[in-house]
Amino acid sequence: MTKHNFTIYYKISIIILAILAALAMSAAVLLILGADVMKTYAVILFEPLKNKIEVTEVLVRAIPLSIIALGITVAYRSGIINIGAEGQMAMGILGTTSMALGLASAPIPPVLVIIISLVAGGITGGIWGFVPGILKAKFQVSELLSTVMLNYIAAQFYTFCLRGPLLDPAEMTTGSGTPQSMRLPKDLWLGRLLRGTRLHAGIFIALGLALLVYFLLWRTTYGYKMRAAGAGKKAARYGGINVGLYLTVSMVISGAFAGLAGGIEVLGLHHRAIEGITSGYGFSGIVVALFGALHPAGIVPASFFFGMLLVGADMTQRMVGVPANMIQVLEGIIILVIVSAQMVLGDTYLMDRLERRFVHKEAVK
Amino acid sequence: MNFVINIITLGIPFSVALLLASLGEMFNQRAGIFNLGCEGIMAMGAFLGMLVPYAYGQGGATPGYFNVLGLLLATAVGALLGLFFGLSVITFKAPQGIAGIGLQMFGVGLAGTMFRHFIGGTQSVPGIGTAPVPLLSKIPVLGPMLFSNNVLVYIAFLLVPVSYWVLFKTQWGLKVRACGTFPGAADSLGIDVNRIRFQSLAVGGALAGLAGAYLSLCQAKMFSDEIIAGRGFIAVALVYFGYWNPVNIMWGALLFSLAQSFQFAIQAQGINFPYEFAVMLPYVLVIVTLAFSRDKKMQEPTALGIPFDREKRV
Repeated sequence: MTKHNFTIYYKISIIILAILAALAMSAAVLLILGADVMKTYAVILFEPLKNKIEVTEVLVRAIPLSIIALGITVAYRSGIINIGAEGQMAMGILGTTSMALGLASAPIPPVLVIIISLVAGGITGGIWGFVPGILKAKFQVSELLSTVMLNYIAAQFYTFCLRGPLLDPAEMTTGSGTPQSMRLPKDLWLGRLLRGTRLHAGIFIALGLALLVYFLLWRTTYGYKMRAAGAGKKAARYGGINVGLYLTVSMVISGAFAGLAGGIEVLGLHHRAIEGITSGYGFSGIVVALFGALHPAGIVPASFFFGMLLVGADMTQRMVGVPANMIQVLEGIIILVIVSAQMVLGDTYLMDRLERRFVHKEAVK
Repeated sequence: MNFVINIITLGIPFSVALLLASLGEMFNQRAGIFNLGCEGIMAMGAFLGMLVPYAYGQGGATPGYFNVLGLLLATAVGALLGLFFGLSVITFKAPQGIAGIGLQMFGVGLAGTMFRHFIGGTQSVPGIGTAPVPLLSKIPVLGPMLFSNNVLVYIAFLLVPVSYWVLFKTQWGLKVRACGTFPGAADSLGIDVNRIRFQSLAVGGALAGLAGAYLSLCQAKMFSDEIIAGRGFIAVALVYFGYWNPVNIMWGALLFSLAQSFQFAIQAQGINFPYEFAVMLPYVLVIVTLAFSRDKKMQEPTALGIPFDREKRV
């Protein structure tokens, strides 16, 4: 066995072990719940692909997931971890909805209104990303803490707006009291792609953004500097890169992506701001980004896979009685296993030692 | 005056969960582990704490020892989850921030899943009542404020001097601090750095589990998905706020819970102030204090967040 061969075998076996570990851990959780493990796995993995409606539903879920994960990737590659996508998405929803409602009766072509309100969502999300970025760059505040706090603040602000300034006047008169905004006029909706499904044109925006991120990070000097700042702060600073600036800008981009994802959800799917749009997308985005190896080419399939898990989780609730929260447990397990496996895979010393042990033994034989 | 008394009387019980969790997190960070999964451990503790009395409660009349059993179960599982986290960040040297998010999602998700599966909807438990201290609770104003609380409240505040003593006056505390500041030196003196770190994770996890159980058994007397509401993260921030020192952490916990009880106090007063902004207050306070505590970072355990690697000689 040559060294090169050994490395490949070693890496493959680590990956297989990691997958097995994740499967075993989730099986343990399912056993605690007293569920049929194999049947649950089968429902999650095959049911969402059974017919057209389910597959488009998976794509519908994949749209916000991929956009958020792309934003998280930009931040991660620049050395800042964005766990505030949840709050940034909520702020984006507020930006898009209020802009769209404000311009709805203005004499502007609807396409332009759609574009302006999506940009508004991106900007509000970006502002919400700017805060932790500047706090990290100027005050060395851990973004892990500030983004989480901003999530809670945004969630409160979101419900405040839905119950106060943005509340649908119809809710006041009928008095059902559901905290939601007015419905957007039909010409501001993103077009549906297939009759009878919820798949909307947002999918093209998501794919476009994936290309954009690829070009930004790997085909421009700006992206090169971002990645340099993320790969090694000290070296980057020595190389004349203003690390703080790149940190902040990448956090703004990351927040803008999350805000855009929120805006697309409103214009494409719900057509109004309601409670619970963001539910968990921000955190799932982290898992998708890591699962997609922090690269657009990985994130697009990864977001499809996680969309499938989300749809599958809803089905397990109906078909095997496993609560849909189970998906969050799975995501937690996947994060833990991925980051652990990554470190083992990247441990050159460990690899050298193992290689010496096995390759040389065979040579002696 | 009444307003202030109200805030303080409410604030002290509120501070207990934060105090317990952040004391635990302090042990983690002193040993060099940044445990962002505290929130998840607390959620598991909150669910398990109320599960035992719920499962064995006979028509609302739960014998007291089931409450104790619930607390013990939450503490034990908290310690186990801490060790589980250690498997990832110590054994496999995973980056602690991201792994912490994983643990948080795992814990919160598992607690929510089990809650839906085993209990279903909102169910309250009798929980643990207040235990006024004889004599002391008779003091006007101060008595009801300080001495007619839950047993866990007294325990939590007693844990402040205890953890100070453990951290600064015992050999184990010295080892913990050494592992967080200069693990290489500790290793050269024959201290098993990773073992100490695992131990501190178990202690921290146990305290976080207990903190969660306090929330479900004493404060809310029920479980819901939003029961922790970011307290795990605030606890992590409080450790920074309090210079990694139990006494300062206690003041921090009190400050943040006073901000929290402020929201209830103004509601009771009938002041027209948007409720949502009052709820935001503690979170805003965390961000502001983190931003303006730059010099405190000088005292940060220098090896915080860095996995120990014998080969790397740091």
